[in-house]
Formats: sequence, C-alpha cells, structure tokens
Amino acid sequence: MTTARQAGLVTCRTCARVWPMQTESCGRCGMPLTSREPMSLQRVWAWWLAGLVCYIPANLYPMLVTETLTSRSDDTIIGGAIEIARHGDLGIALIVLIASVFIPVIKFIAIGYLALSVRMRSQKTPVARMHLFEVIEFIGRWSMIDVFVVAILSALVQLSVVASIQPGPAALAFALSVIFTMFSAKSFDPRLIWDYLPSRAGQGAS
Amino acid sequence: MASPQDVPRAELIGCPNCDLLHHAKHVADGERAICSRCHTVLIAPRAAAYNRALALSVANLILVVAAVFHPFLEIHAAGIVNRVSLLDVATSFGSGALVVVSVTSVAMILLVPLLRAVFLAYALAPLALQHRAYPGARWAFRVTQQMKPWAMTEIFAIGCAVALVKVADLARLNFGPAFWMFIVLSAFVLLVDRSLCSWSIWAALDEAEQEPGRGTAPAPTVRP
Ligand SMILES: [Zn+2]
Ligand SMILES: [Zn+2]
Repeated sequence: MTTARQAGLVTCRTCARVWPMQTESCGRCGMPLTSREPMSLQRVWAWWLAGLVCYIPANLYPMLVTETLTSRSDDTIIGGAIEIARHGDLGIALIVLIASVFIPVIKFIAIGYLALSVRMRSQKTPVARMHLFEVIEFIGRWSMIDVFVVAILSALVQLSVVASIQPGPAALAFALSVIFTMFSAKSFDPRLIWDYLPSRAGQGAS
Repeated sequence: MASPQDVPRAELIGCPNCDLLHHAKHVADGERAICSRCHTVLIAPRAAAYNRALALSVANLILVVAAVFHPFLEIHAAGIVNRVSLLDVATSFGSGALVVVSVTSVAMILLVPLLRAVFLAYALAPLALQHRAYPGARWAFRVTQQMKPWAMTEIFAIGCAVALVKVADLARLNFGPAFWMFIVLSAFVLLVDRSLCSWSIWAALDEAEQEPGRGTAPAPTVRP
C-alpha cells in the first residue's frame, strides 16, 4: 500500500496521472497539481457558513407570491410543500420536502461531520466516510428543484388579473445556499480522509 | 503490486479520492479497475464508446437548441392561454437581485449542457474518426468534466412536473414539446457520462496527439 505522496509523487485529481512531487501543473490535462488541497478545510467551512447563513432567510421569507382575483398568498418552502400535500399530491410534496429541506440539512450535517472527522484525525470508517462524501456530491444539486419551480411558475402564471405568481426573496437566498454548499463540498479534499490511517503492511493493491 | 519504483511513472495511476498508487494495467473492454482502498472506479473502458458518445453529443446539441424555441409548459385558465419557453424563464424574474436567479437557472438548464455537448463532441470527434486530436482538445475535455455537476437538465424536468402539480387548482397545465426534449436530453446525458472512461480518453488523447508530424504531449512544468 503506497500512496502517491509516500512515493514522492503527486496525483492529478482530474486525470489521475502522477507526477514528481514538485510539478506545478499536470502535463496531460493542465490542471494545477497539489498533493493535498491547501486550506481545504478552511475553504470548506467558509462556503459551509455562507450556505448556512443564506439557508435561514430562505426558510423565513416567501419563495412564491401568488395573487388571484380574490386572494394573495405567500408561500415559504415548507408552506409550499404543505400546500401541495393538502391537495393530495403526497408524492410531489415529498419530492419538494426532500429536495428543499431534507437534502440541505443532511448536507450541512454531513459536510460538517466530514470536515471535523479529518480535523480530529479520525481513523474510523474511512470507506464509509468516502461513500458519504460521494453521496453528498451527488445529491446536492437536486436542491435546485425548488428554484427552478419558482422560475417556471413566475414565467408561466402571468394571466393578467386572473392570477399571477411572482418570485419571493427566498428564491435568491435558497439558490445561493445551494450553490455555496456545492462549493463547500467541492472544496473538500477526500484524500485527507485517508492520511491518518495506520499503514497496514501486506495489503496488496493492484 | 510491484513497488512504484519498479514501474515507469506513465504506467502508474493515482486514485483521485485516496491517493493510493496503482499499476494502470490493461483493462479489458467492459471490465473495471477499482481502487483497492476506497473502491473508486479508476478505469472502465468501453469499446465503441467514442462513436456513441459523439453521436449522442451531437443529438444533445440539437435537442438543447430546439428546446430553446419551443414551449415546455402551457397554461389554460379563464380562456387565457400562455405558453412559456426557456427564454421566457430567463426574463421572468423581472428586476433587481432576483434576475440573478433566472439567469443562473437558464445557464444551468441550457448554457452548461450546450457547452458540454459542444466541447465533448470537439474532443471526441477525432478519437471516433481516428484523426489527430484537434488543438485544445485536452482543454475541451477537461472543461466538460468540470462542468458536469452544473448541468441540471434532469432536475429541471422534475421541476416542470412539480410546477404542474403546484398550480393544478389554479389552472390546467400541459407539457409542451420542449419538456419531452428535456426528458430525452437527460437520458442521453446520463448515457454519455456513463459510457465515458476518463482514464481511457486521456490516454487516447495522448496517443492522438503523438501521431507523426505532431509534437509530443506538453512537458510538465516543474518548479525551479
Ligand atoms: Zn491531469
Ligand atoms: Zn482510492
């Protein structure tokens, strides 16, 4: 079991080729090379915090403002999901709840846990933590559903006085929160998970 | 595995996720080489992947362009019909800071998938047609990989379905042709991304640039 770093090499995270440690950029794909991303955890926390700060107004302010002849309603993220559920579309309500509430909250917790575990030099369950990181990277984008729904409805429901839908301030806050947490996950260098493991001799790699 | 000192550096592959070194042996078509420590797929060559990926990329390009000009949803309410295309979405957030949201949305739904299709076709065409690599092919392929998480056609398609349900009591909505184009596009993008093996393509680009009459791959820059 030898890592590139132990062999005096640096791995390109884009194309997987290895170069001598001091190489500045990959000769194959041109990406800058770093054995471990410098300041990885600091950047993770900075984007994480920015995402969290945006997530609060995203839940307090309305995503959608619906005006009809007789009424006007402001829907927050959770309010909108409850509204859909009241109409009997439990499946769709569940999709919205998962994408807009469940995924962002899980993401904040999971990224925080990964960054802390690396900081505390945890040696436990590296494979499970690696999988967690992959899941986080995969599901993060799906939170954009609610933003797209707001964009679609604001363009679509412009029926003069009969009904109109306008985006609320939470749409911007929520979009920023999703994008910032995607940056946060991207800033995490998963190679850090493996750095503090006790080296186990005799484990052949092929 | 032999110790890394015994293997030429060009034959080593480092795991992008855990930094473990492996010997990049020849992997048979349809098989996969997986990192022994973190199980990341390192090499997974697919024969004929270039032809198919090229054909699908061209199809994606046509789909994205066609989808711009067709409505993806139409609404019927109180005798009024309104059809919206993505161009309407781009301009829907009126004024102020919310414009950022509509512009970002349209970039993720249209612009990023469009650029990915163009760049991928550009990088893969010489590999599929067995020509020399076009200038900038490496850059084009790298950008395609980097843009991957920001292309959100499939998420937009689900968003259309949610929107349909959300205003069900307000008006009657129908899917327009662009919606179905996005469904097909999402499936094609998934097929392309699944069939492409990054390591094999980089190796093929190395080869395609080293054909007679061409220079060798650029030398790595080393700090003094
Ligand atoms: Zn590289
Ligand atoms: Zn690995």
